[in-house]
Amino acid sequence: MPANYGTFDKAEWLRLEKKADELRRLTVQTSVWGGSGHLGGAMSCIDIMTILYHRFMKLDPKNPKYEDRDRFVLSKGHAAVGYAPVLVDYGYMPIEELQIFNLTGAKIGMHLDSNKVKGVDYSTGSLGHGISLGVGAALAAKLKGQDYMTFVLCGDGEMNEGSNWEGIMSAAQFKLSNLVVMVDNNKCMIDGRVADEMNIEPLDAKFKAFNFKTYRIDGHDFSQLNAALEEAVKNAKTGDKPTAIVLDTYKGEGIDFMKDNYLWHYGSLDEEKLAQAYASLDATYKARCARAEKEGK
Amino acid sequence: MGGMSYTSIEAEQLTTAEYYGKALHDLGELHPDVVALTADLAKSTKIAPFVKAFPERLINVGIAEQNMFGIAAGMAKCGFIPYASTFSIFAAARSLDQIHTDICYQNVPVKILASHAGTSFGQAGSTHHAIIDIAAARSLPNMTVMCPADGAEAYKLVMASYDIPGPVYIRINRGFDAVVYEGGPDSVNFVWDKADELKKGNDACFIGVGAGVYQALQAANILEYDCGINARVLNMHTVKPIDKEAIIRAIDECGCIVTVEDHVIQGGLGSAVAEVIAEYGKPCKFKMLGHDNSFSTIGLQEDLLTIAGIDANGVAKAAGKLLGVEIGGKDNWDNEY
Repeated sequence: MPANYGTFDKAEWLRLEKKADELRRLTVQTSVWGGSGHLGGAMSCIDIMTILYHRFMKLDPKNPKYEDRDRFVLSKGHAAVGYAPVLVDYGYMPIEELQIFNLTGAKIGMHLDSNKVKGVDYSTGSLGHGISLGVGAALAAKLKGQDYMTFVLCGDGEMNEGSNWEGIMSAAQFKLSNLVVMVDNNKCMIDGRVADEMNIEPLDAKFKAFNFKTYRIDGHDFSQLNAALEEAVKNAKTGDKPTAIVLDTYKGEGIDFMKDNYLWHYGSLDEEKLAQAYASLDATYKARCARAEKEGK
Repeated sequence: MGGMSYTSIEAEQLTTAEYYGKALHDLGELHPDVVALTADLAKSTKIAPFVKAFPERLINVGIAEQNMFGIAAGMAKCGFIPYASTFSIFAAARSLDQIHTDICYQNVPVKILASHAGTSFGQAGSTHHAIIDIAAARSLPNMTVMCPADGAEAYKLVMASYDIPGPVYIRINRGFDAVVYEGGPDSVNFVWDKADELKKGNDACFIGVGAGVYQALQAANILEYDCGINARVLNMHTVKPIDKEAIIRAIDECGCIVTVEDHVIQGGLGSAVAEVIAEYGKPCKFKMLGHDNSFSTIGLQEDLLTIAGIDANGVAKAAGKLLGVEIGGKDNWDNEY
């Protein structure tokens, strides 16, 4: 699938907006099926997962373990309520698996198990693990002479964990240009705002200081996401540094009452809130398409 | 003896870690998918032969053990068999979350070589002793836990670990271990999930692991000489999965079991044996020897074993008490002029 991506034109932008909208809706629906979920931090990273899965990553849902596939590590494993819909929509599993999200005996739940869920390369959940796992995958590619990419998506609050910085240090030391570390910088954690609780800024300066090729972009703007990822893929072949992309995002993106509100780290939607959420997603989609129409080429 | 300083013994033999280094080199030669990971301890863990032969397959992550185990899991998922070496305490304690989640939960074939086990780095003190690692490693689903009695067995065990599916925790001592298998690796009767019976006997059964094996063997000799008691000695090199059949045979045939480990008795070999005894349900005299809810002091390992009551004399004395016989009673010093 993808990887041989074409020009990023208006049609491509609109195609990604449509897919992201579908995935946001499926994420909301999944939280309803499961009864609740980590909605805020899932909604903030739907856009990056959309463009990775639907434009950049080489994958084959019919052959999930094929060796040359690109690797994706969801280091912020609690965003599974958004990640599982991406995988189901992509064809790794039937929708029925998602309909029992989080229920006793289900394969798919709050944190995904790589031995149970097709398409998941690494089990995550405990924070601060994903970068090291990604370094291992990227090192393996270099040792075997394979050209797959490894993409790791971290949360911003997660960057409080010291183990991340061990991984970041080693990625630069090992010159893993085939590794892309992305931070979903939605600026919220469970107990409050990251800046108030344990500040991790300036994130881009930190990555630069750790010898990463670093981008800081609007994580909800597909043209910016595309530009940074195109550069990262090019850099894998020609560069000798890993890439970091700091994604400035909003917790709960797409749903007005959730947006930028740390209280929506985890929650559930009653009928009234659900209707409000869908209405808000309609408006978001409309606004974002209008923007793509205006700014796309 | 484990932990004896390198200069105090004039031996042609290799240290236990050097045997590991040799095995890792030999595995590297046999299997191109073997990679070695270290956290600035390639020298201390004696993996130089591998480093020299296969420099491209060495990954030194600097002083960052958690990252090392995460990377190892990442590589194992991509088809490699990583051997990640560090001191036991930095594996089983500092990196327990990575070992739990990245390695055991994902059930990947990362082989953890945990050196400087027990009190074998005696003079470094409790920050560098690992007396809780068997308990931690044994509690992890999917994990195999092994601990050789000496260098020769370490070689055999490391070579065997390649074919054991899933994660393996191998615990070895720093420096020289007292020699249990005098004929070197070829003399080791090693079947990975079976205890090795080193001495026959039906009056009692010593079950040892690691440094405890040699002490148990010597204690059995003391009992035999002093009291005519024939104790069986089992080397339980694989603590998990434990050889239940050997323990049940000891319950049925000896009716008295003493476990010996350079580890806390809470959760270690003794606990593993106790679980089998309790489930089997037959009465059996039983004593667990090891560190009892206490950190060790600083010192040479041979002294620390004595202080903990797990040197040969301590083990013999505890067994004698259990059996109701007096150790040392046979010697008559009255005629010594």
